[in-house]
Amino acid sequence: MDKIDLLSGNEALAQGAIRAGCRFFYGYPITPQGELFEYMARRLPEIGGTFLQSESEIAAISMIYGTAAAGKRVMTASSGPGISLMQEGLSHLASAQLPCLVVNVMRAGPGLGRVRPSQADYLQATRGGGHGDYRTIVLAPASAQEMADLAFEAFTLADRYRNPVMILCDGMLGQMMEPVALPDPIDPKQLPPKPWAVTGARGRGRNLVLSAPYTDDEMIALNVELKSKYASIEVHEARWESRFLDDAELVVVAFGTSARISEDAVSKARTEGLKVGLIRPITLWPFPRQAFNIFQKIQAYLVVEMNTGQMLEDVLLAKRGDVPAFHFGFGGGWIPSTQDIYRELVEAYERKGTL
Amino acid sequence: MTKLFARPSSMSDAEMPYCPGCTHGIAHRLVGEAIDELGILEKVIGIVSAGCSVRSWCLYRFDMVLSAHGRSPAVATGLKRALPDNLVFAYQGDGDSAAIGLAELMHAALRCEGITVFTINNAVYGATGGQAAPTTLIGQKTTSYPSGRDPSYAGYPINMAEVLASVSKNSYVARVALNNVRNILKAKNAVIRAFKTQEGRLGFSFVEMLSACPIGWRMTPLDSLKWIDETMIKQYPLGEFKVPKGLEP
Repeated sequence: MDKIDLLSGNEALAQGAIRAGCRFFYGYPITPQGELFEYMARRLPEIGGTFLQSESEIAAISMIYGTAAAGKRVMTASSGPGISLMQEGLSHLASAQLPCLVVNVMRAGPGLGRVRPSQADYLQATRGGGHGDYRTIVLAPASAQEMADLAFEAFTLADRYRNPVMILCDGMLGQMMEPVALPDPIDPKQLPPKPWAVTGARGRGRNLVLSAPYTDDEMIALNVELKSKYASIEVHEARWESRFLDDAELVVVAFGTSARISEDAVSKARTEGLKVGLIRPITLWPFPRQAFNIFQKIQAYLVVEMNTGQMLEDVLLAKRGDVPAFHFGFGGGWIPSTQDIYRELVEAYERKGTL
Repeated sequence: MTKLFARPSSMSDAEMPYCPGCTHGIAHRLVGEAIDELGILEKVIGIVSAGCSVRSWCLYRFDMVLSAHGRSPAVATGLKRALPDNLVFAYQGDGDSAAIGLAELMHAALRCEGITVFTINNAVYGATGGQAAPTTLIGQKTTSYPSGRDPSYAGYPINMAEVLASVSKNSYVARVALNNVRNILKAKNAVIRAFKTQEGRLGFSFVEMLSACPIGWRMTPLDSLKWIDETMIKQYPLGEFKVPKGLEP
């Protein structure tokens, strides 16, 4: 862990996953996740892993279903249109309680859209995305270091809760090169066995991996079980980073790339004497409501997103007291500058307490 | 007293979840008998998905997976790549394999993926009430084309075995029928040869089974068996369409 490498976010994520013991990658080409996909295509065969280019994203997520059912750590990466196709498989993975990692390198939508960085898929990711009543754990890195750390940790969370985990990032985080300390590698052979996996009924009763139970009563029981699992994840796994909250009267809330840019705007505002803080959710689901619990001095929130107002809904649900939450952001591939956010922040700072 | 006939030991005591006269049960039994005879219960993994056979995982005593409609060849790929020493089969209907899952099946065949696919061709969607399938014959009446399949409007039936045999370089591809004892014995042989293809790492294996759906066809069970003989086999001839190098005759 002491060695520092200069890595792109894409490579950091790939290396984090491999160091977590992931040896299986199935995927379909789509921009802007190409570098991650191609890194895996080169690297996995060198270390005895499996990389397979599938005929569609539907097939990729179904292959993941098979490999996850066999008890192996497995992942894919895609972007908006491909992630939409994977929603069928994600619903089945959630139902069968299979662990895996799906990386969404978000691009601008809706439709085919364009490939510039975006945060357009927040609601799709955090509300389940596919049919039925389920959740995926959603992680939002904001640096190359976090791309590696959260990819590594995603597999721990996926296995702990037997649940799909999604990483939401974008092409900017993927391309940006930064110093990274990679986590110590895990030998996949040393990972604890998964007694539920289908591996052939040798020396044990048979195992089943099912995305539908036999009876209506069992279907209700599964939903009760899932609800309790999700409640436990909400209690134990919410993560966030916060800054300057002790005296903050205005708090910027942002994740991923927009949080990274917001940090600069907040720092600039602090040097000008503005009492501004920052909450950066690292888990988008579970949304870190706890971060909003305790601060009496807050008079307003400013939610900065590269979309038309998606995480805003979670901030409105989480905030305490009758304080406004403003939104600053556009979809379509718009990237805010530090100046844009600073300007918006000053305006919100002046409006706070007057509403 | 000597027991002359029993369920295969790879099968459970669960009841067949099928309508009277349906031949899914024969297909399941043939798979069970083949697994017994090959002694592969401890390394076989089966996959079923949406359709009449959605609950057929309860019929067996080995590891099984239920996955999304049409996707089982891709799920089987993920299982086989992770567990190359196991035997992985998918049990599909014709809507599953020839309509919604055609891409997954076709590409598994193109990759010569070392998996086995059994597909039930009964020319209708049985579970949802007898709608047209890609395999519905010209003129055949279904609930979605009540006046019969008109090819100028609804296109032509697909001959899965011939199509897959033409694209899959290393494979075992056969079509069998489950309508009389002679054909059933041949069907069992095809099931065994499909598993042997996989066990010998000789490539992809596929067995299409012509199967009766009296309820979906609005026929008696006996008329259904006759209809397979007199009508279905004309469109879907029986036989082995491809045999991989190395599979003994």
